[in-house]
Amino acid sequence: MNIITRPHKLRGIEGRIGIEKISRRSVLTGLGIAGGLVLAAPVTSRQAFAAYETGAGKMPHGTVVDPRVFVAIASDGTVTIVAHRSEMGTGVRTSLPLVVAEEMEADWSRVKVAQAHGDEVKFGNQDTDGSRSTRHYLMPMREIGASARVMLEAAAAKRLGVPVTEVKAVNHEVVHSASGRRLGFGELAADAAKEPVPSIGSLKLKDPKDFRYLGKGQVSIVDLRDITVGTAQYGSDTRLPGMKYAVIARPPVTGGKLVSFDATDAMKVSGVEKVMEVQGWPWPSKFQPLGGVAVIARNTGAAIKGRDALKIVWDDGANGKYDSVAYRSELEQAARKPGLVVRKEGDVDGALKGADKVIVGEYYLPHLAHVSMETPVAVANVRDGKAEIWAPVQSPGGTREDAAKTLGIPEDNVTVNVTLLGGGFGRKSKCDFALEAALISKAIGAPVKVQWTREDDLRHDFLHTVSVERIEAGLDKSGKVIAWRHRSVAPTIASTFAANAVHAAPFELGMGLIDMPFEIANIQCENPEAAAHARIGWFRSVSNIPRAFAVQSMVGELAHATNRDQKDMLLELIGSPRLVKLDSVKDPWNYGEPFDSYPIDTGRLRRVVELVADKGGWGRSVPKGHGLGIAVHRSFVSYIATIVEVAVDDKGKLSIPRVDTAIDCGTFVNPERIQSQIEGAAIMGLSLAKYGEITFKDGKVQQGNFDNFPVVRMDEAPLITNVHIVPVAADTPPSGVGEPGVPPFAPALVNAIFAATGKRIRALPIGKQLET
Amino acid sequence: MIKLKINGQERNWDGDPDLPLLWFLRDEIGLTGTKYGCGQALCGSCTVIVDKEAVRSCITSVSDVVNREVTTIEGLHPTGDHAVQKAWRQVNVPQCGYCQAGQIMQAAALLLDNSKPTHDQIREAMSGNICRCGCYQRIENAVHLASTGV
Ligand code: FES
Ligand code: FES
Repeated sequence: MNIITRPHKLRGIEGRIGIEKISRRSVLTGLGIAGGLVLAAPVTSRQAFAAYETGAGKMPHGTVVDPRVFVAIASDGTVTIVAHRSEMGTGVRTSLPLVVAEEMEADWSRVKVAQAHGDEVKFGNQDTDGSRSTRHYLMPMREIGASARVMLEAAAAKRLGVPVTEVKAVNHEVVHSASGRRLGFGELAADAAKEPVPSIGSLKLKDPKDFRYLGKGQVSIVDLRDITVGTAQYGSDTRLPGMKYAVIARPPVTGGKLVSFDATDAMKVSGVEKVMEVQGWPWPSKFQPLGGVAVIARNTGAAIKGRDALKIVWDDGANGKYDSVAYRSELEQAARKPGLVVRKEGDVDGALKGADKVIVGEYYLPHLAHVSMETPVAVANVRDGKAEIWAPVQSPGGTREDAAKTLGIPEDNVTVNVTLLGGGFGRKSKCDFALEAALISKAIGAPVKVQWTREDDLRHDFLHTVSVERIEAGLDKSGKVIAWRHRSVAPTIASTFAANAVHAAPFELGMGLIDMPFEIANIQCENPEAAAHARIGWFRSVSNIPRAFAVQSMVGELAHATNRDQKDMLLELIGSPRLVKLDSVKDPWNYGEPFDSYPIDTGRLRRVVELVADKGGWGRSVPKGHGLGIAVHRSFVSYIATIVEVAVDDKGKLSIPRVDTAIDCGTFVNPERIQSQIEGAAIMGLSLAKYGEITFKDGKVQQGNFDNFPVVRMDEAPLITNVHIVPVAADTPPSGVGEPGVPPFAPALVNAIFAATGKRIRALPIGKQLET
Repeated sequence: MIKLKINGQERNWDGDPDLPLLWFLRDEIGLTGTKYGCGQALCGSCTVIVDKEAVRSCITSVSDVVNREVTTIEGLHPTGDHAVQKAWRQVNVPQCGYCQAGQIMQAAALLLDNSKPTHDQIREAMSGNICRCGCYQRIENAVHLASTGV
């Protein structure tokens, strides 16, 4: 869920792909629609042009700004727009095509959305992660739509024999107002396809005040009806003639290996057809399969029953002693000693020594599992040196590359069809499950579906890391914070790609550690070493979870220590409205975005705090046993502040009467989906705060299903979550929405709990800590 | 040979009588609207209606539903316009949507039993159904809308 999605491969170096590299074959077969907007004359240069720069061009394969790739118009007027990002619940499959429709003046009710398969040369980068789809594609999609509009207008002007300046596309027609003549998009499609694609510099984008769809929030997601009638196609719903169903027993310890297995009893289970070994890769195994024993059957139920009957001997390997209790104290020890300095301003040691008072907070956050409702699942059909995969993947392009390498065939022989994702949260940016299906299909010579059970999902996840964050804050006599040392210690995602990676990668440091925005004279951030003993991966909002928890909890602790209101303390620490300079940080990571377009703007940070305080009724009086807590965090270059009202009863049971969140995500497409993402983020934040914990003993995950890895259900969900979106100037660059709602929730909650009970929670999950 | 009635249609099964109904529906007869989420009656994704009750198909074997009427999301309403389905669309409930078939079947069963549930009754009745995307506020509002029209 970050810019270096696949650091082991350095995919970024391929850079931007020019239009000329797009093969005619792929253009002409693009959508297979007669009369499609298919262009004959190549254009030489279509670099994205915008009022602001984003990091889109640095993503693997960059962006493709070409109406011929993304838009087709049939002669009956149906406009088909390609969605090249994966839909996992954010609404992106609707919002990006909606942007194209807006600019080309298409009538949304006559638009169909077609999902792109994995092909980054053709479509540009498809890694749906890092909360960057709108950020990177708002402007390219506008340009694509505007280009199509210009081509339609040019075709209409020729047909009507009038200058192009006299015609205008309006709601699926091109109108010549002087004569009242009008031509539908369908009638113009074939001619428009022959028009040259205009240069991006010549495009005139719509004035935002003329938007019909953008920023309005009145368009429902395209899959809404299918979802409510059960016909929406998720990864698990793919069915092929002759398809077999498989489940796999994987090594229970990360890095473990199969020694031997006995399939006698499994083969006796009705419906089981075959038992076979699946190849595993040595640890760190990147996104490659873990290996194990597959049971192949005529249906999933039989495969599961067969797997239960297997007798397997495993070699647990180097991580067989991983123990969460012992590991926590290792992390705590590391956090109490100096570590690699990753940001340094002033003299923290001196300032802490001279401080009137030093407040120390040590915060522990355990491993978390993603548990998207749809577990990992994939269908593959591999035969005659060709592979076709159907899978709910966030990384269709990467999946295609990895499948080609794993199978030893050229990428051109691999097709990755992207289904809907039944949730992703970062788990499905790793394609191990699709590779398993490919390997098994190749071995049995038939299409196969590999289904992960919930137990598989919890025990073989790419987990959120486990961390200790230790903050020491020094105060002078007046109560002003003059020193801030933050040590962050956690196994790194880089350990999934490189053996012996023990320090945070730059993208992890940039998530709430080195970008800490407070105006304090002496600041030092350190990153002591931590070794990984499990697969670590991106989990919705990633390292921002522990960092925001620590920093914003410390704000609450400081408010208490100095007898001040939490919000006042927070605003004092943020300090003056300014752009935070990270001069002492070597190569600071900013979610892959240039600081010019996306600075760390404390004015905007202050504004969300003030907005949420205003709308969320900060300071209102609450009943006994209730408390209010506040937290703010910038992540994915958006600014989010949350107020939680908690109620804790006399047995220590907590409930959430109300949540308010203010978000400044720059320019936005669909406020209704922003709202749903923030509502969901509150639930996910509450789940991880209350219950989220994966623990290891003897190298094995101790949880297996929702009974021992609970998530929040409706009866404990906040009674109401209000979302307040900051209105911004139309030229403000768009920023992330999917992830940034999560980090401020847990610290706002523990600050509220402190206000309600006087009890300071420093380790998550809350679990039984409040029980009396 | 086991004879079943699913969405008003006769179906036969001559395999393992203990096969969970969920996998029979999804894999054997292609009714993939019913989803797997946990296999242990913990999440509600696999909810179907048997006679008039919400049932977790992941822990219900095929032999358990002989001579009973099984309704899946595909059979809830002939045109997909059950009051619950309509309310779901009006409130824009789904995010990823994966849990929603189970949620809708649970809500439909609730309304069969109690046509005007209070908010507390809705929260209670729907708490067996997990939505990892966190659409609870809207689910609650949609059930309320389906039952009251407002
Ligand atoms: S799959 Fe049946 S309740 Fe979860
Ligand atoms: S909508 Fe995604 S799990 Fe409910």
